[in-house]
Amino acid sequence: MECTLDAQSLISISLRKIHSSRTQRGGIKLHKNLLVSYVLRNARQLYLSERYAELYRRQQHYPDGAPLLAMPACPPPAAAPPELAVLPLPADTQDREARSCAVVRGGAELLEVPVCAAPPELQRAPCRDSSPGFYRATGSAGPGGGSSNSAAPGLLYAAGCDFGSGGAPHCSSRTTVLDLDTHVVTTVENGYLHQDCCSQCPCCCQPAPGLASPPPTPGTKRKYYPGQEEEEEGVEEGEPGGGGVAGGPPFAPCTKRARFEEYSAEHPQDSSNISNLISIFGSGFTGLVSRQQADSEQPLNGQLCSKQALASLGAWTRAIVAF
Amino acid sequence: SLAGFGELMQDVLWCFSQVKGTVDTGVTEADIISTVEFNHTGELLATGDKGGRVVIFQREQESKNQPHRRGEYNVYSTFQSHEPEFDYLKSLEIEEKINKIRWLPQQNAAYFLLSTNDKTVKLWKVSERDKRPEGYNLKDEDGRLRDPSMITVLRVPVLRPMDLMVEATPRRVFANAHTYHINSISVNSDYETYMSADDLRINLWNFEITNQSFNIVDIKPANMEELTEVITAAEFHPHHCNTFVYSSSKGTIRLCDMRTAALCDRHAKFFEEPEDPSNRSFFSEIISSISDVKFSHSGRYIMTRDYLTVKVWDLNMENRPIETYQVHDYLRSKLCSLYENDCIFDKFECVWNGSDSVIMTGSYNNFFRMFDRNTKRDVTLEASRENSKPRAILKPRKVCVGGKRRKDEISVDSLDFSKKILHTAWHPSENIIAVAATNNLYIFQDKVN
Repeated sequence: MECTLDAQSLISISLRKIHSSRTQRGGIKLHKNLLVSYVLRNARQLYLSERYAELYRRQQHYPDGAPLLAMPACPPPAAAPPELAVLPLPADTQDREARSCAVVRGGAELLEVPVCAAPPELQRAPCRDSSPGFYRATGSAGPGGGSSNSAAPGLLYAAGCDFGSGGAPHCSSRTTVLDLDTHVVTTVENGYLHQDCCSQCPCCCQPAPGLASPPPTPGTKRKYYPGQEEEEEGVEEGEPGGGGVAGGPPFAPCTKRARFEEYSAEHPQDSSNISNLISIFGSGFTGLVSRQQADSEQPLNGQLCSKQALASLGAWTRAIVAF
Repeated sequence: SLAGFGELMQDVLWCFSQVKGTVDTGVTEADIISTVEFNHTGELLATGDKGGRVVIFQREQESKNQPHRRGEYNVYSTFQSHEPEFDYLKSLEIEEKINKIRWLPQQNAAYFLLSTNDKTVKLWKVSERDKRPEGYNLKDEDGRLRDPSMITVLRVPVLRPMDLMVEATPRRVFANAHTYHINSISVNSDYETYMSADDLRINLWNFEITNQSFNIVDIKPANMEELTEVITAAEFHPHHCNTFVYSSSKGTIRLCDMRTAALCDRHAKFFEEPEDPSNRSFFSEIISSISDVKFSHSGRYIMTRDYLTVKVWDLNMENRPIETYQVHDYLRSKLCSLYENDCIFDKFECVWNGSDSVIMTGSYNNFFRMFDRNTKRDVTLEASRENSKPRAILKPRKVCVGGKRRKDEISVDSLDFSKKILHTAWHPSENIIAVAATNNLYIFQDKVN
């Protein structure tokens, strides 16, 4: 695979395409946006795998620095391990450093970086929109505006998913979507967020039931027409061009944290699993995880490639389309 | 001469015949041709454009005086099929671009065709008027009504010849049945029904009934987050009125039998080729999305087009195509750039010749490609004004992939990606092809001996 673009550039190009499709003539093209979401997923997987590979390399240098992988994922840890505190971004990312969530606050931070890979103008723009973000009509203010970390509160993840402060409810956000078929407008509170992103995360005041999460309860529903009695389950595609946007996806950081947490919780010192991961990543990385691998849950036994993680990955990118 | 009957592709010399459209360097977007289709006899050739217009060309009768002008196509009728619409409820503009035209078989003197934009299908009747009645009793020649009490003599109106007038009238409008964008329409072999397909659903219509349709395929998930694929094209079997196929963005084809269930969500056959893991890239999903599916005239094969290849499938073998043709594999290393400039989303169509022995599809730089299924030879031709002298023989073109470029080869980096041939059509029984190059329609014929 020859590509002159790196994963982060692809991510930002893809986001730009999705953003501009909202204003294109003829309405949003479902097919094209679905395809773009696949590129997003692929680029993100590669980026994450590179990050994990780097984590492993660092652990090799600090074999006794066990907390690296076992550290709690929920921010902010009072004392970030020194290794992470000084963890630089990849060498060629000087400008990325500038615009990425530069404040290193522990492992969770690391996982945020790809999310914030979008160019700053794109990050901030959704905040200014009346319908912020691609996927959410925000119900909450978003993470602290001052922090550089707050980039793109609506862009890739739920506005209001304030993982930064740690105190605020994790995934309090509302999604407003319009079903193009039934014309029902649905506002979903914490619809899928808990299921998909916080099932493993101890920060959310939710039990972590494991892989099988109950289906989310649909939130309050608002009828589009005064007389219309129909209600529609779940979130549907949103109204383009403003107003409600996409259905509730797991947003990237929380998902990654969940996965990270899951990995560390179950195999804190399991070097054989780590070497499994590395052997996959090391082999020239043909391992953009393929669909077949995802479905069969083998041979990649790292939690990175667990079915749930991939499901939420896919849901994240599919949800981009669901608007 | 009939294409394929004893005639190999390499023996056919394609000649320029005609070009329709303006030569302006600046192209008006509305003039961009978006669909091309011969009718069942090849007598008529229809084009639709982004401006919502349909232009129908009719082949001239062959003239003994000018045998070399073997049936030129001239404009027969032009009409505005669709207008832009605005859906105020959803704040959506509906484009007037004609996505597809499909002809109905001719059953009387009039011609009928279906044309569709993203949301609405219309049935048009195209008929000739070359006589008009004269000598009415109750109105005079200007049409003014006469006072009946003033009439003392009755006469019988007679039909008198007039200049030929071709009129197109919308006979049916099939609206409000598609939430998503219509990508295909297909007339059933029973000639009573047709289907329209959008990203997630396929509806079956009766030509006589416009206020309802049957939904026969629905792949919309209950939770849109679980959406992984969309319908990209659909077509009825040419002979079996219960059978149709539809292709998906995941590169699969499903064959459905309407006799098994009202809602054909369960396919009778599922055609999929396993992915080659060594070819995996960021863009694997995009380039495997099928942009067109066509039954062979025989009904025994289906042909699919994805971004880099054309594949022929045998209906009896679901696990892989029987033939795969590389259209422009040199683009595989350019997918990044093609993604950036959106070319990777271009939807190329593909067509069979009359005998199903040769298949044709378009590419960039106004190139189009033909593949002979029997000899496995292929040829690249170009639709350009430079090669547009009457009866000029088209010279095969070649793209230089690397190394030393020969004199008349063109390098990959010199290809003009704004000149794309997405739509082509092949006469049902002769070696006449129509190639849409942006706003121009080229007609090529094989050389008359």
